[in-house]
Amino acid sequence: MRRRQVERMRRWPLLSWSIVLLAAGYFLLPLYATFQFSLGMQRGELSFAAYHWLFGSDRFLDSLSYSAVASLLAILAGTLLVVPTVYWVRLKLPQARGFVEFASLLPLIIPPIVVVFGYMRLYGDGSWLPLTTSDGRLDLLLVIGYVVLALPYMFRAVDTGMAAIDIVTLTEAAESLGASRWRIVVSVIFPNVRSAIVAGAFLTLSISLGEFVMASLLSRPAFGPYLVQMGQDYAYQPAALAILAFVITWACMALMQFFALRKPGQRVLPRLWAERTTKKEREVS
Amino acid sequence: MSFLQLQALGKRFGEHTAVAGFDLEVEQGEFIAFLGPSGCGKTTVLRMIAGFETPSAGVIRIGDEEMTRLPANRRHIGMVFQSYALFPNMSVYDNVAFGLKIAGMAKCEIDARVREMLALIDLEPLAGRYAYQMSGGQQQRVALARALAPRPRVLLLDEPLSALDARIRVALRDDIRRIQRELGITTVFVTHDQEEALSISDRVVVMHQGRADQIGSPAQIYNRPATRFVASFVGILNTFEARVVAPGESLVEMAGQRLCVPALGQRAAVAAGDSVTLALRPEAFGIQPHGADDVALDGEVLDCRFLGSVIRVQAEVAGQRIACDIFNQAGTLEPRPGERIELHFSAGDVLLLDD
Repeated sequence: MRRRQVERMRRWPLLSWSIVLLAAGYFLLPLYATFQFSLGMQRGELSFAAYHWLFGSDRFLDSLSYSAVASLLAILAGTLLVVPTVYWVRLKLPQARGFVEFASLLPLIIPPIVVVFGYMRLYGDGSWLPLTTSDGRLDLLLVIGYVVLALPYMFRAVDTGMAAIDIVTLTEAAESLGASRWRIVVSVIFPNVRSAIVAGAFLTLSISLGEFVMASLLSRPAFGPYLVQMGQDYAYQPAALAILAFVITWACMALMQFFALRKPGQRVLPRLWAERTTKKEREVS
Repeated sequence: MSFLQLQALGKRFGEHTAVAGFDLEVEQGEFIAFLGPSGCGKTTVLRMIAGFETPSAGVIRIGDEEMTRLPANRRHIGMVFQSYALFPNMSVYDNVAFGLKIAGMAKCEIDARVREMLALIDLEPLAGRYAYQMSGGQQQRVALARALAPRPRVLLLDEPLSALDARIRVALRDDIRRIQRELGITTVFVTHDQEEALSISDRVVVMHQGRADQIGSPAQIYNRPATRFVASFVGILNTFEARVVAPGESLVEMAGQRLCVPALGQRAAVAAGDSVTLALRPEAFGIQPHGADDVALDGEVLDCRFLGSVIRVQAEVAGQRIACDIFNQAGTLEPRPGERIELHFSAGDVLLLDD
């Protein structure tokens, strides 16, 4: 009898489950409350009216697509900046790794407001490289700002990805087969840190999609300032926006996990029928 | 003229000299092994041939072409690494095809060459697999096929068998030698395993402190070590201090016995009363007299180990511990510790070590 009780305890440990439920409640209850509030736009009934309103609003779609494009450009620029840098530092300048790592962490220490004012001083009207004189240049400055903001995350993701593979030996193997450095980066290094790049990319997307300070001070029509503006002017729509932002972030996290765990040669979607090992393959194995 | 020439090759890393005055000439199609302990400079020489390290001094030539400052990707040298170094993002097929694609070969030619290489290593059915789906031995065979596919002028093998278990190591060692003979490719093989080096190569270079201590055939290296280091590093060696009695007759006194050491005749400046170091391999000893130049030493058995084909006896002779191997023949009685034993050897088997 007692043994059965112990077994049941082992199967359903009370303390562990209590902690899990408590933590889940702590995170999920406010989310549920926000979601329920977002459904109450029409008096006396629950509806998706706030969501309909948002998707029918040009400003919502414009700001979201503006931020999405800016984020994608930031991801592209960040990847092109970080991957070759990390590769070169690991390959040729391992003694400089500490300095580069410190430099990549600076955006976490320096507040974005300081960064953006620095940009405005440095690239203002009288600058040798004026980037605040037209909308296009301001957009470029915003993308650069996003690259800087996401640098700690992109650097860490790519650096961890490169640590997982022996890039020095892979580079030497490729060189002995006649490959140039450029070819090695494109054919060997990039594909092997793909999951790390994707992880860094989604973190960049999460940060830049809702970024407020830079976009606001550079007067850009981005999603962050739109979120704040909505919070000041409306009641139900900001709740709906919060839920949407949450869904987008979690979708990014899920995709990141999916790409990070996928091995080379694995199918994106599982086959409907089992992949059969041939008799000859079994013999060789 | 030799195919691969290394002339006065040197490499310094700051204050540390890794390789100094290294000379070697390798004929086309020859299989050379660099043998030595860790840190002796064997991998550094290999990496200089590959182009991964720039020599501080000396010249590297392949054929008529000087390679010393040529980048690694323009040397046409294939290399196999200890850690396999297969590209994880590529299948076996794509790994083998990588060098061919870079060389700009046509698709049909690439396909034919890849299939030929996979057939050579007997892994055709695994063409679609990835590195993580294969064993270490299979990965190393693919690495070998990948290095050979572009038909390099020289093949470099950097301890390719070190990460494998004993059975696979022997099998792959034989495969490497077979493939090397089939293709007739000039090969340099780096290892710290003397059995590997002696069993696979045409010539062995024993390296010590950045220099080639001895270059010779496996039999020369084992039977006639040129230096004390070579003698002690390759195989087990029993050393004896001896005194020259009559240099003209090559007569020395060792462990209370007078014996004629023919090798002494080849040494120029030897006078009576000089000390010399003599050495004997464990297998040079026997428990039966050897014939005309037989020398017998009396000793006490300290330990006895059965190793299958031989019985290794540790004995104390003239206050010195020596090892000797007795062939395990039918009826051979295993000596017991504490027993007195008479060990015989032929004076012609005695090695004279340098000072």
